[in-house]
Amino acid sequence: MSSRELWVILIGGLLVTYATRLSFIAFLPPERMPGWFRRGLRYVPPAVLAALIIPELLMPAGSFDLSLGNERLLAGALAWLVAWRTHSTWLTIAVGMLSLWFLSQP
Amino acid sequence: MQDRSAARSAFLEGVLAQLPILLGVVPFGVIFGALARSAGIPPVEAQGFSILIFAGSAQFIAAGLVAEATPAAVVVLTILVVNLRHMLYSATMAPYFQSLPTRWKIALAWLLTDEAFAVGSLHYRRTQGPARHWFFLGTGLTLWGSWQVSTLVGIALGAWIPGSWMLDFALPLTFMALLIPALDGRPTQASALAAAAFSIALTGLPYRLGLLLAALLAVGVGVALEQIRPPGERTSG
Repeated sequence: MSSRELWVILIGGLLVTYATRLSFIAFLPPERMPGWFRRGLRYVPPAVLAALIIPELLMPAGSFDLSLGNERLLAGALAWLVAWRTHSTWLTIAVGMLSLWFLSQP
Repeated sequence: MQDRSAARSAFLEGVLAQLPILLGVVPFGVIFGALARSAGIPPVEAQGFSILIFAGSAQFIAAGLVAEATPAAVVVLTILVVNLRHMLYSATMAPYFQSLPTRWKIALAWLLTDEAFAVGSLHYRRTQGPARHWFFLGTGLTLWGSWQVSTLVGIALGAWIPGSWMLDFALPLTFMALLIPALDGRPTQASALAAAAFSIALTGLPYRLGLLLAALLAVGVGVALEQIRPPGERTSG
């Protein structure tokens, strides 16, 4: 691919990405948003997080895997317990990664 | 001055809140740098992706398309579709940023990535006070800086990082640590559960559209449950 084409992608990618981020913040003041819309926004962060996490645990290889051979599901379940009991980000990551490495040993 | 010290401590708090997330983000930056080089993108342009576009999933997908010599217009359109979910983040942050000066809106919108949104929106949800935009700035700049450095490392190291380390798993783990304390109240829990179910059901959709759609449907579940509860129990906000 030519350098010119790459720069079209870089500048175009910059513009479209920034447009999505700026969209509501710059152009649609919250007082013009309907009430149900504003109430719904409260649910966005937990919903997005759940939708980011769960496929990584249940479908690590791209297809649904609930078996005991799914190390990411087991490690994720342990990390879930730790997160729930401790609310500690560091501990959650440490337990999750260590369990994954341990479970993946041949 | 009181204001300045409040701003400084909020900024530092934002930096600190982002540090654990970097465990998940830095490996991704390194992998992106390496991947971009192997896709035939020269070092300056590879770094340019991280400096200018600053959006992990979109950068990975774009690098993949570049490797297949996809026309530039198609790549840009794909980046747009992959990043449509940022509109949802933008709508969520808009009420919080409403009273800020324009230069702040321009800066904070620039930093509105998945990870900054995850940390920043939960901070706004949990806390009050006039210095919260400094928190968001601290968290966003930390992320931007480490994304640049890790991309650079990846460009330099190439494919040296072994896949057997499975460092990509650190990102869902950090998201988990953020999600669980935020599951306050039945409608929120039901909404998160619905998001999980929809995200599985919709994984077949391309360009991360599944994430966008799952989040939208789950928000609908939360709002609907809020409606059918007796008014006295309804949480405000």
